[in-house]
Amino acid sequence: MGKVAIIGVGQSSFVRQYPGSVRELAFEGFKDALNDAHITTADIDASVICSAPEYDKQRSPAGIFAEYLGLNPQPTFYVESLCSSSSMGVRLAYSLVESGLHDAVAVVGFQKMSEISSAESQERMGRGADIQWESPFGTMMPAYYAMYATAHMDKYGTKPEDLAAIRVKASTYGQINDKAVYRKQVTHEMFSDPESVMAGPVAAPLRVGDCCANADGSSCVIVASEKKARALCKKPVWILGVGAATASVNLAGRDLFTGLQAAKLAAENAYKMAGIGPKDVDVAEVHDCFTIAEMMAYENLGFAEPGGGKELIQSKETYKEGSIPVNVDGGLLSKGHPIGATGGSQIRTIVLQLRGEAGDMQVKDPGIGLVHNIGGVGLYGNVTILGR
Amino acid sequence: MGKKEIDDRFKKFGTVSFTATTRVNDFITNLESGKVTGTQCNGCGIKFFPPRADCHKCLTTDMTWFDVDGNGKLITYSTLKYGPQGFEGDLPYSIAVLDYGDYKVFGRIADGIDVDELKIGMEMTAAVNTLPNGQLNYVFKKA
Ligand SMILES: [Zn+2]
Repeated sequence: MGKVAIIGVGQSSFVRQYPGSVRELAFEGFKDALNDAHITTADIDASVICSAPEYDKQRSPAGIFAEYLGLNPQPTFYVESLCSSSSMGVRLAYSLVESGLHDAVAVVGFQKMSEISSAESQERMGRGADIQWESPFGTMMPAYYAMYATAHMDKYGTKPEDLAAIRVKASTYGQINDKAVYRKQVTHEMFSDPESVMAGPVAAPLRVGDCCANADGSSCVIVASEKKARALCKKPVWILGVGAATASVNLAGRDLFTGLQAAKLAAENAYKMAGIGPKDVDVAEVHDCFTIAEMMAYENLGFAEPGGGKELIQSKETYKEGSIPVNVDGGLLSKGHPIGATGGSQIRTIVLQLRGEAGDMQVKDPGIGLVHNIGGVGLYGNVTILGR
Repeated sequence: MGKKEIDDRFKKFGTVSFTATTRVNDFITNLESGKVTGTQCNGCGIKFFPPRADCHKCLTTDMTWFDVDGNGKLITYSTLKYGPQGFEGDLPYSIAVLDYGDYKVFGRIADGIDVDELKIGMEMTAAVNTLPNGQLNYVFKKA
């Protein structure tokens, strides 16, 4: 198998309401990645466009993006797996390059969450599950993750304070990430202050502070063959493993309620392909759409035993100085979660870390990084392992 | 000749239904007669809940309806303080999963059960429920 590299990464700022069109938003991440790679559109021979289409007014966005990004007449592909769309896009790009079909592929993820009205968004939320058998009961994303939190707390004695600690950590780094939508510190005290918005109930046991920040944003990852990478790039980062798995949408079809089976399987696949284990990972980005999601990620990725996630955060081992730094860019909780752009942004963070270019967020000399990106409530799991 | 009538019984399922036609529409007729039901494949014997029209193992449609009766164990639950559009009138409400051994059931906790009374592992039973807007669903009651 030929080696496959990432030769450029970019993202827009993640903002509450982007003051431009969707194609202009996508261009921001794309331009950032081209500048990062010091290449032009002529170097790219295919694009992969990633988003969750229920937020888009544009039908078949890949076509209009290929045009606006200056990527005609190269072929384009559209990839959707909800919140893990752009990790799945990178998986596709990996296979396109590894097969020899393409040399350099731009994976562009985007989401303009503010493209639709809040009433439209409310309506879509009702359909964020099995629409035949679950949505008629009035389900919402936070409630599904809350059910995992309920089961995790019952089985392992995890406390709301342990979940709050994950939010406090995220906000520590959101403050120093100038691309983040939420730049303020969150404290433990806010969770116990009934006057604080963070303490507001959403779906028990999750509170407002346990939920990630919505944002508009775009990201871009340039995936290239070894030959192209050696010719164009001083510091290529290599894709060592791409793991992916699916699970039943309907919770009635699942056996595990204290972790995400698709994440566990994706991690196993990625570790196997990379020939490494959890202890070899120096820095990680995990899908913290809710605090409980990061807690389960610690355990599903093998950074902690099942139930051991709370000790990991209590001892601050997932802080920048700890044994396994996680989401030291603020994560989805503070950096923000523009669905289709999230995976590419996570990959960007790890690439910058491996190149030693993460600024104030830099962890000490990492050699291997991992990205855990989840679609829906663990319906799609993607784990990508990168190395220098 | 008149238009062929569309079997859209599934419109009656839940506070807001997002599906009208399905080949397991008899589920609604069974609810109307007081029964929560799943399908069992006559080929391999798998019990499906939610009910399916097709067995993915045998590739047949040869199914028999069975009753979701007896008790299931509460696996997990959450109480919602916000709901999607169309569900505001139901708030607050709790969603949950019961484990019946051969299959699991996703649904709602019956109104009137205090959250403090819920305990993971407790026995509950699924019962047909008529919603204030005339729609039908099923809810979990204490066994
Ligand atoms: Zn069968």
